[in-house]
Parts: sequence; structure tokens; C-alpha cells
Amino acid sequence: MADFVSQFRENRTALVGAAVILLLVLVAIFAPQLAPHNPIKASLGDRLSAPSEKYPLGTDHLGRCVLSRLLYGARISLAVGVVVVGVAAAVGVALGIISGFYGGVLDEIIMRLVDAMLAFPSIFLALAIAGTLGPGLGNVMIAIIVVEWTRYARVMRGSILSVKENYYVEAARALGASDFYVVTQHILPNAIAPIIVVATLGMAPVILAATSLSFLGLGVQPPTPEWGMMLNDGRLFMRRAPHLTTFPGVAIMITILAFNLLGDGLRDALDPRARTEKELR
Amino acid sequence: MLNYILKRIILLAPILLLVSLITFSILYIIPGDPAETILTGPGGAADPKAVEEFRVKMGLDRPLHIQYLKWLNNVLHGNFGYSYMTEQPVLDPILPAFRATLKLAVASMILSLLISIPVGIISAIKQYSLIDNLSMTGALLGVSMPNFWQGLLLILLFAVYLGWFPVAGYGENGDFEHLVLPAITLGTSSAAITTRLMRSSMLETIRQDYIQAARAKGLSERVVIGKHALKNALIPVVTVAGLNFGYLLDGSVVVETIFAWPGIGKLMVGSIYMRDYPMIQGCILFVALVYVAVNLVVDILYTFLDPRIRYETKAKAK
Repeated sequence: MADFVSQFRENRTALVGAAVILLLVLVAIFAPQLAPHNPIKASLGDRLSAPSEKYPLGTDHLGRCVLSRLLYGARISLAVGVVVVGVAAAVGVALGIISGFYGGVLDEIIMRLVDAMLAFPSIFLALAIAGTLGPGLGNVMIAIIVVEWTRYARVMRGSILSVKENYYVEAARALGASDFYVVTQHILPNAIAPIIVVATLGMAPVILAATSLSFLGLGVQPPTPEWGMMLNDGRLFMRRAPHLTTFPGVAIMITILAFNLLGDGLRDALDPRARTEKELR
Repeated sequence: MLNYILKRIILLAPILLLVSLITFSILYIIPGDPAETILTGPGGAADPKAVEEFRVKMGLDRPLHIQYLKWLNNVLHGNFGYSYMTEQPVLDPILPAFRATLKLAVASMILSLLISIPVGIISAIKQYSLIDNLSMTGALLGVSMPNFWQGLLLILLFAVYLGWFPVAGYGENGDFEHLVLPAITLGTSSAAITTRLMRSSMLETIRQDYIQAARAKGLSERVVIGKHALKNALIPVVTVAGLNFGYLLDGSVVVETIFAWPGIGKLMVGSIYMRDYPMIQGCILFVALVYVAVNLVVDILYTFLDPRIRYETKAKAK
């Protein structure tokens, strides 16, 4: 563990990622205190105005403050990321445990299902599901969960298969431990590290997919502020108000970048292979 | 070799069956009754008689497993269903749309390789140099930049302000002018991933003993890198070509929507707005089949490129 902490500390870019994520979380929590204006209050007199003292990042086509909408938008994107990754990881881990621990027919069925899900390009499948369920943030989240659980199931199954063979598992069994006890006390703690890495690296694609679907009009419905939807709204006023196509994109990119940096850093710190490679240099 | 290919194809059968089941189920996750949902216009509730007629016409009145088997039978005979909007076979618009998508995907892939292979090699042989740091920062930004935003910025700069390229559209059969901006959008984001892969693969290769041996033989650095190292370092890039294609297909959804490129991504988004469920089903099934086929071809090509794989499977068979 100490090894892990020092490894992680060395990685400055991962620390920057973690700091940015912390900042984003604070912004999401304190959005009402930080926002200079009401994010959904239209003020038609100030339509499409460029950044000014009153509106630091300008206003949109309904005269709403872009900065306030961006701050509130952080809530949606982060919440979607956390909930989708959380549920997908829980489902994937559970199925991965069943698959790896019991093997046999169940393993076969679950793994073939994973293969079939991976036969679809993921955004296409999420789009088909979200589109059929109808517009709405909940449906977008369901669609992305359906697509995302597979990566956790595969990783978990792999870890279980390698941990299962250890003597301490056999010893626990010999002492009469139940399946449940063996899984929760011996196997899970030893198989969870890769899941944490995958979950951190999984945040970026989830947030990206959610903003993409919102950009296509399937996610959050107006007037709730969401970054992807803001970009789509701004598209029509590109010539008159280029700030509308600029700032929400910056917000998305910073968020994705931060999760990528943190995920890469965690992977390097937890993956012994990457570590030895570094030592070799 | 033939055995290997046959084995791969046989292993695909259960997966394809599940793919068809997943695709078929998409129609049945519509909240409520599909016939009613489809016929309910903005004006209000649908006429019950019309709903009943529609249900019989589209076969929605039969038991679910019969519907599935009938649908599967049709699909196997090349009939992917009929559009709710035009009542024409859904494959009619899917095929030309896919041709447009393929054009965009191929152009993007070529651009992506043209960027990522040289940049990846230079980054690896000049590890931790300024150029390596710059290109790795660029790759990281490229990975983190959403396609739809990059597309909008390119339109803003090159179409709206500079006027070098059209804002959007397909022109006459997808000419070069119209292809440039969407291909840059898709190609650069794919290049961001491939450059990182190319670099790490090259870094691993140049530490191998045979590279040392080639140098010891007195070969020039150019020959060592360009001939001995490159061949082996390219293998992982080929392995992920299938995944990369899936990535391009995924990206085509928003990129085609932004640039009004009449491909399968745009067709899919359009049919979602129109609630044309058979068209959604047709698009997703078609895309999945193409993706599976591409991955199969990549796997087979890979065994040609890397004889070690063939020996391994042979050794295992014994």
C-alpha cells in the first residue's frame, strides 16, 4: 500500500487530474453559490451577448448566462458518470464473480453474452437503446449501463480465475468456509484493484457518451443545463455567437482529460508490469 | 490455416444468434405498445382501429417467439424488415448510407495512420525529447476532445471564418471538398489513440535483442528502425485495426450528424427522431454484422502477418 501511495505521488500528471476532479466536484456541489445568475432564467433582452462584465462567458439564444449553465452542468455530467460507472461496475462485478467462481454453463452463457455485446459498436448500441426508450436522462443512463457492464465482468472474471487458485482460498475451503465467505473475504479484496482502475478509466468514455447522446437531443431535456445539449443549441448561432460553441466544449474536454490523467496514473501505480517497465528506464 | 479460419467462423455462430436476439429485443423495450406509440401523433391518441390494422400488418399480433423466428428467417434471406415511414425495405437506404460511411471511415483511417505511424516512431526513438512530449500532450488532448466539439470548431474556423471548405453536406457523391473536414475530425481523434499505441509498441520493440544484434552487425540506424523494428512494432497496430474500425463507426454517429454526411450514423439518428423502429433495428444489425466481419478478417490477416500466432495454435492443437 505504501508502495502504491509513493508510486502514485511520483506521478504528477495523475495528481493534477485528481486535483481537477476535486475542483469539478466542488463546483458541482456549490453551483448555486458560485453561479452569478439563475441558469434557467431567460432574459430575452440579453440574447446572444458576448462575454461581458455582467455575463463573464456571455449568454445563449434565450439570454441565459452561459457561465451559470456550465457550473450547473457539472452536476449532471459528474452525477451521470458516477451513477453509470457505479451501477455498471456493480452489475459487471456480480456477473464476473458468478462467471469466474462457478464456471460451467453459467460462465459460458455470461461470457457469450459479453461477446455478443462487444459485437456492437458501443455508441451505436447505446443510441439504439436510448432512442427506442425515448428522450430523457434516465434512459440515456440505462442505455450506457447496458453497454458498459461488460468491461467489468471481463476484468472481474479474469481476476477471480487467477486468485481462485491460491492456497489461501483452498485453505479457507478446507476450514469449511462457505462460497459467500470465500468470495467476500478472500477473493474480492484481492481482485478489486483492477476494477478500481477500470472504473476510473471508464469515467471518461461514460461522460463522453452521455454528452454525445445529449448533443443528439436524447439526454436531458430543456431547460436543464447540460454541456452536450448546450453545444447543440449553440450550433445554430455559430456565426453570431461563437462563444456558445467554445465554452461547453472546453468544460467537457477538461473533465475528460482529468479522468484520463487520473486513470492512467492509477493504472501505472497498480499494474506491476507498467511499474517494472518504468524502473527499467 | 484453413482449419483456424473455419474454427473462428463456427465460434461466431452462437454470438451472431445472441446479436440477433439483442437486436430483435430493441423493438420490445419501447415503453407501452409499439403500434400505439408509433401511431400516436402530436395530435393525440391513435385510432384503435388503425392500431389494430397496423398490428396485423406488421405481424405484431403474433406470439413473441413466432415473431422472432419469422424476423430471423427474413434476415437470413436478406430482408431486414420494412420501414414504418416509407414501407420500403430498410436495406434500400442502409446500403447507400453505409457506402458513404465507409468512404468517410477509410479516409479517416488513412489520415490517422499517416499521422500516427511517423509521429509514434519519432516519439519512441526520441523518448522524453521535446517532440515526444509535444506529441504525447497532443495525443492526450486528442483523446479527451469530444468528436462533436472538434467538428464544430473545424466548421467555425475553416468553413465559417476562412471559407475554405463547405460547412456541411455531401456534395456530388461525397467529393473531396466535403470529405475533408469530417475526415479530419474522425481521423485525428483516432490518430490520438493509435499514436500512443505506436509509440509504446516501438519502445518495446527497440529494446529487444534482435535490434541490438542488427545494430551490432553495423546496420545503419535507418535500416534498424525502418526495416527490423518497424515490421514488428506495427503488429499491435494491426491487431487493433478492428477495434479502431468500431471506433470510427461510433464516431460517425455525431460526425455525420454535424456535417450532414448521409451515412449510416445519420440515418440511425434520423430514424430515431422519426421513431422508425425497423430502420433502427436494421441499422444496428447491419453495423454489428459489418463489425463482426471486419474483426474476423483482421484476426485472419493477423495470423498471416505474425507467424508466431500460427505456430502457437498449431502447438496447442498437438
